[in-house]
Amino acid sequence: MENWKQNKAVFWVTALPGIVWLLLFFLIPLALIWGMSFGEKTSIIDIEITGTLNNYIRSFEAVYVKIIWKSIWISVISTAVCLAIAYPVAFGICFSPARWRPLLLLLVILPFWINLLIRTYALIAVFRTRGTLNFTLEWFWNLAFLDKLIGPFQPLELLYNNGAVIVGMVYVFMPFMVLPLYATIERLDRSYLEASLDLGASQWRTFFSVTVPLTLPGIVSGIILVFIPMLGMFLVPDLLGGTNAIMIGNVITDQFKAANDWPFGAALSFLLMYVTFAALALRAFIGARMKAGVGI
Amino acid sequence: MTSPIISIKNVTKRYPGVVAVDDVSFDIMPNEFFALLGPSGCGKTTLLRMIAGLETSGTGDIIVDGQNMEGVPANKRPVNMVFQSYAVFPHMTVRNNVGYGLKVTGVAADEIAPRVEEALEMVQMGAMADRKPDQLSGGQRQRVALARALVKRPKVLLLDEPLSALDAKLREHMQLELARLQQVIGITFIIVTHDQDEALSMADRIAVMEKGGVRQIAGPEELYEKPHSRLVADFIGKINLIDATVSGTSKAGVTCLAKGLGRVVVPHEGTASGSVSLAVRPEKLTLSDKAPSSDTDISARGVIRDVAYYGDVSNVFVTCADGLELAVNVQNDRAAAGLLENGREVYASWHPSDTLILEE
Repeated sequence: MENWKQNKAVFWVTALPGIVWLLLFFLIPLALIWGMSFGEKTSIIDIEITGTLNNYIRSFEAVYVKIIWKSIWISVISTAVCLAIAYPVAFGICFSPARWRPLLLLLVILPFWINLLIRTYALIAVFRTRGTLNFTLEWFWNLAFLDKLIGPFQPLELLYNNGAVIVGMVYVFMPFMVLPLYATIERLDRSYLEASLDLGASQWRTFFSVTVPLTLPGIVSGIILVFIPMLGMFLVPDLLGGTNAIMIGNVITDQFKAANDWPFGAALSFLLMYVTFAALALRAFIGARMKAGVGI
Repeated sequence: MTSPIISIKNVTKRYPGVVAVDDVSFDIMPNEFFALLGPSGCGKTTLLRMIAGLETSGTGDIIVDGQNMEGVPANKRPVNMVFQSYAVFPHMTVRNNVGYGLKVTGVAADEIAPRVEEALEMVQMGAMADRKPDQLSGGQRQRVALARALVKRPKVLLLDEPLSALDAKLREHMQLELARLQQVIGITFIIVTHDQDEALSMADRIAVMEKGGVRQIAGPEELYEKPHSRLVADFIGKINLIDATVSGTSKAGVTCLAKGLGRVVVPHEGTASGSVSLAVRPEKLTLSDKAPSSDTDISARGVIRDVAYYGDVSNVFVTCADGLELAVNVQNDRAAAGLLENGREVYASWHPSDTLILEE
């Protein structure tokens, strides 16, 4: 078959299961939630769709705006840290000997094999007051006789703050940043970098003037892939952030569970989705600009 | 006596399991158009990249304009390169591509603009300055790559297979253009190519490389007329190689017993012994349907096996006694008309002085 357009039967047979699946388990539930976001709770279990905008209006109360804003900036910082770590990692994998590459890539995706919940709990074991990291620090503290000079080691309070959430998010989403970057850097023609060096540019200059612009599609994909799920993340802030580092994902979960206010949770969900759409539109815009050949 | 602009001294480069460049030494003079010629994998590109500083960890010395390049990184060397893929930055306009090498080395902005214009005019790309590379043809991109290297005013311009990606017509045009540019600018060009025509038509001197080593360095004419070895003779143009055994040396030359020819006397400087090859270019042979009148000519009777027609010339393959195959270039003039038919019996003959004795 050269073109699916020429053989509609084959197209429908292969595409139908996917279409049905998407319709049944994605689009219809999404439409239900969307409808619900314009509804009101009439009793503990009943919701009436009245077309009210109250849920959205309530979303803009100061307390929620603050949490949305905090979710955005924590996600921005986490994405930036992710990028800063993932770029050299991806670069290193691309420039390592060919026989090492599959193994290194495997190491990057290895965490996927372990449940997210378990990995996050593992982070607690590392970062808690009597955790691996503090024990290690204490050992070095005593090794340097600082306990005799200054006093006993004071364990660091590493958990239940914004920093812990950022560390956790970076850890969880790192592979999503490394893989698209790897894919782009791997396709990058080395002769561009060599040409830049040959023309007298330093390694740094080459990196910022040639490498980064030419791998921008991968950078943008990585950012989108990481930033969007970070915005809606509730597990990591729940476990590592405690009550101090609540994000919008936690608020939404609470509406559906503890608060039993599905219409309001639905409205918040859709607000989050609009932010996501805005991010995707931005990506499309950048992509179009690059295609049109406008300077970057 | 002028000193060489580039001295290559005992340069060796090993990759795991292979010697890419094997103890190569030669000098290149200022303003020379020098070609590194050889089949793919012969180490010519590696050697060029070593001169550019893009390939490190080799041994030996590369001296450019009196300065040893040992430990000098690629971005500090007084040479510039035109890459095989051109490597014109796709995210910059033609103007910015050409200006890049000046900008990154801190040349003042008001000096960059006129130099870029000048370089673009030199390669006739002035009108395209604001285009992006994806709006250019392959030939145009190559001109940009040339301008981008030349604007740096390098002492030596390195060209890595610059014409291999162009179609035949354009390639011929660019050969002339490169030769013209080199004369106008008056700097040394080193070109890497696997195309012998390219090397012969453009270069002042050619180094023939094989398996990492240089087999012969000479001007185009000498390389063609007096190759030192079978390898060089076979690589530069087409040649008939005839197995022979030396039976004696006299004042008249070397007497050999050659396959399909019998006893022949070939003028030869120096001595020769044992198994050799007699080499003669196809265009030195003449075909005739009568035995040659001159008895000094070497001749062989045979049957035309195949005729390849190229318009101006035909390549004729003649099968002679003893399984000897001779290729003959025949001008398609009136004399050739009617002679070139498969299965026809002919005499192929040539003058003994057109024969080379190759021992290697």
